[in-house]
Amino acid sequence: MIIDIYYVIPEIFISLSLMFLLLFGVFKKNSSSTVYSLSILILIISIPLILNVPSTGELLIFNESYKIDYLSNFIKILIVISTLFVLLTSSQYLKSIKIYNVEYPILILSSILGMMVMASSNDLIVFYIGLELQSLALYVLTSFNRDNVLSSESGLKYFVLSALSSGLLLYGCSLVYGFSSSTNFSQISLNYGDSTQGIIFGMVFILVGLAFKISAVPFHMWAPDVYQGSPTSVTLFFAILPKIAALTVFIRFLYTPFINLIDQWQTIIIFLSIASMLFGAVAAIGQKNLKRLIAYSSISHMGYALAGLTTGTNEGIQSSVSYISIYLVMNLAFFSCIFMLKREDKYHESIDDLSGLSKNHPLLSFSLLIVLFSLAGIPPLAGFFAKFYVFMAVIEQSMFFLAIVGLLATVVAAFYYLRIIKVIYFDNEVEKYDTNHSIGLKLSLIIATVLILTYFIYPNSLIDFVSKIDLV
Amino acid sequence: MMNIPILSLLICVPTVGALFILFTKSTEKYNSHKYISVFISIINFILSIYLWYKFDNSNSSFQFVENREWIYGFINYKVGVDGISILFVVLTTFITPLCILSVNSTIKNRLKDFLVAILIMESLMIGVFCSLDLVIFYLFFEGGLIPMFLIIGIWGGTRRVYSAFKFFLYTLLGSVLMLVAIIYIYWISGTTDVEKLYEIGIDAKYQKILWLAFFSSFAVKTPMWPVHTWLPDAHVEAPTAGSVLLAAILLKMAGYGFIRFSIGLFPIGSDYFVSFVYVLSLIAIIYTSLVALMQEDMKKLIAYSSVAHMGFVTLGIFTMTQQGLEGSIFQMISHGIISAALFLCVGVIYERMHTREIKRYGGIVEVMPKYSIIFMIFTLGALGLPGTTGFIGEFLILMGAFKDNFLVAVIASLGVILGAAYMLWLYKRVVFGELINEDLKNLVDLNKSEVIILTLLAIPSLYFGFYPEPLINTVEVSVSNLIDNYNANLEIYMANKK
Repeated sequence: MIIDIYYVIPEIFISLSLMFLLLFGVFKKNSSSTVYSLSILILIISIPLILNVPSTGELLIFNESYKIDYLSNFIKILIVISTLFVLLTSSQYLKSIKIYNVEYPILILSSILGMMVMASSNDLIVFYIGLELQSLALYVLTSFNRDNVLSSESGLKYFVLSALSSGLLLYGCSLVYGFSSSTNFSQISLNYGDSTQGIIFGMVFILVGLAFKISAVPFHMWAPDVYQGSPTSVTLFFAILPKIAALTVFIRFLYTPFINLIDQWQTIIIFLSIASMLFGAVAAIGQKNLKRLIAYSSISHMGYALAGLTTGTNEGIQSSVSYISIYLVMNLAFFSCIFMLKREDKYHESIDDLSGLSKNHPLLSFSLLIVLFSLAGIPPLAGFFAKFYVFMAVIEQSMFFLAIVGLLATVVAAFYYLRIIKVIYFDNEVEKYDTNHSIGLKLSLIIATVLILTYFIYPNSLIDFVSKIDLV
Repeated sequence: MMNIPILSLLICVPTVGALFILFTKSTEKYNSHKYISVFISIINFILSIYLWYKFDNSNSSFQFVENREWIYGFINYKVGVDGISILFVVLTTFITPLCILSVNSTIKNRLKDFLVAILIMESLMIGVFCSLDLVIFYLFFEGGLIPMFLIIGIWGGTRRVYSAFKFFLYTLLGSVLMLVAIIYIYWISGTTDVEKLYEIGIDAKYQKILWLAFFSSFAVKTPMWPVHTWLPDAHVEAPTAGSVLLAAILLKMAGYGFIRFSIGLFPIGSDYFVSFVYVLSLIAIIYTSLVALMQEDMKKLIAYSSVAHMGFVTLGIFTMTQQGLEGSIFQMISHGIISAALFLCVGVIYERMHTREIKRYGGIVEVMPKYSIIFMIFTLGALGLPGTTGFIGEFLILMGAFKDNFLVAVIASLGVILGAAYMLWLYKRVVFGELINEDLKNLVDLNKSEVIILTLLAIPSLYFGFYPEPLINTVEVSVSNLIDNYNANLEIYMANKK
């Protein structure tokens, strides 16, 4: 038991330091910028700690309720690195809209702690603890800008709907426990034997709850409002991290306890995937607000990530994980660009504000151009490879319908990305924006854009890592 | 000398040049960037001529092959040329410097970005013609959409946004099915390497559906009737240099794709759909020629004539005869040169008069004699007068068609007459007649650089028109090898069927 603690050092480190930061913030006045820098430091330190955890094979600890394997470590690294960049990009924004408080980085840290637990969970209860830890922090973060009506509204909306979905999920968990008399993922699949009816019932509830977290159609209704209402830095966090965690949990559920029910869940996931791809592509066309647009775009992207999971093969899981990795880089770059649309401490977020951007800000426009074409999946940018891997896996299983619908949805989606490019490059210019951005923001934009642009030169860089995921 | 990766150099040089331009400031406010990019594209042209010189005509296999691992055990970066593709590479490197030279006062703003876009476009186009792996081919093929979208959208005419969107979405829609087909080929054959696929062949039962998927992409890009409607829009709105690139090279990607992939990889599928392609090609030839007759906009007229000419090309390709295929390749090269020149000719008077309406012109031979001569050469080239490249292409295609199907050839021949009708009528209305419009009297004849550019285009058009031997020699062995392969595959299939 004691030796098990060795494997959860990163989680312990983050939770201890987050408690320390909380105390520090309470007792020391005006310490928000110190806490902010310290939390960045904590994230940097936790990277080697995660790398130190052995990632070969499969390790079950704490009475088999916690799983350490390559997937969990990879996802944790992904979570920590993207949070690092989220914090780097958003400090200036937080200062400008005056929510640069002590609580902000602490809530972020506790949320990713929950996600790390989710990524490693091998037990219904552990999974639920992780899920609630991340959700509770997210409720507060959404409404963090208390003086803003939209922010408070979106916080409330997210809280009510998310609580409902957690309820469904919990109900599903209890059904699964009832019919298999175990909460342990590995035990569940052994226990239910041939009587699958009750289990299927529970599984559907669990999948619905998870689909809500990942904002897959038809459980996506909260996403556009919450994305638009929350502070942009939180929107960025929303667009990336809960999706990574929820996708990992999808993989855990589908490929451990419910692996024998593949015939049943495959249909559900295919439906979720197709509906998300199509709906996300069509609904985004009419949007005027960039944050709302990216909400629909992320719904559509989740459809592609789920498409990889429908296959039931290792290649499918790997393609989903690489999809989400590339997706997070693209989103990071996109939001960095939004953070730069600042004029006299006021942030602009509608598509019309981008009008003629290329004349005054050629480099920013070029980055946006690259990011948008990449989101649309045009080769040779990274976004194309993300889709390419997914469709490789899907077509291997001869699921042509899914592949063709998905690719046609990319054409529809290309339209609204092109519309933004049109506004940037073809329209008349508006006033200049400020150019005094923080180094962290510039750095993340440059890194993300260069990664997207040059990924095709050495695509093995991602495949090397992802191909080690071995679950089936 | 064989160790130099000459094809990769050809692909990389323009991109490197584009990066160089991107990160330098033009001190003399206008010209330095232009000269750098002309210099880069001329280097590339010299490289490609060297490539052609070193190329072994008597060998039908791929030469200058480079094969590097790109994604482990899955896709290789593989490039190489045979007799068919080398001509297109040379065409690309030949047209691009002229294209850049032709850029002058019309592109007022953001000249630097324009040159960068054209150079990147050159890289991608050479990549399309060299790639010997389906995935690499797809990357280059689709990647070209980005710079072309920007060229039309930023520097285009009044309806540029509509045209740019139409161009982008049409071609993307056509191509996604090809992507599905490429991935499927990987799963049924275990490789996307074109050379290996030629050897092992693709299972007959999948060929028809795969052929259709590839066809959907190439038909849009060619463009074939009824998916040709993006082309007139794109041509009319694009700036002159953009139209030239589009007509001279971009359209050839699809024709090349038909030869290399549709026929090379799916002989059974091709054989099955021959009559389908014939019908579409004939409609394209006759219908778009008639449409061209009625055009009032000069650029639109030439754009429709491109569709008709590409109809000849697809017709020639699917005759599967030595003459037909050679004719198609010849026609593509010839159309690349002649349509580029015609667009430049229209650009010349558009710059002076700011209108492309045919009605506004008439009698400009009195004020622009030099222009009228050069325009005459290319008009005659476009209608296929003996002595120009246009004649040889059409003649060979019709010869191939007569061999295969008499009726098809007769109908296609009608297209030649219609072609003569609309081109000569255009020439008559613009150049001859009385000089009524007062504005026209102040027209200035061609300046030096315009004369140089147009003469450089006229020389190969006339030279290869009188002496087509070098081009024919280059493609001959590769084409006959392709046809032998095709027939062998069909025979095996027929034997199995019985």
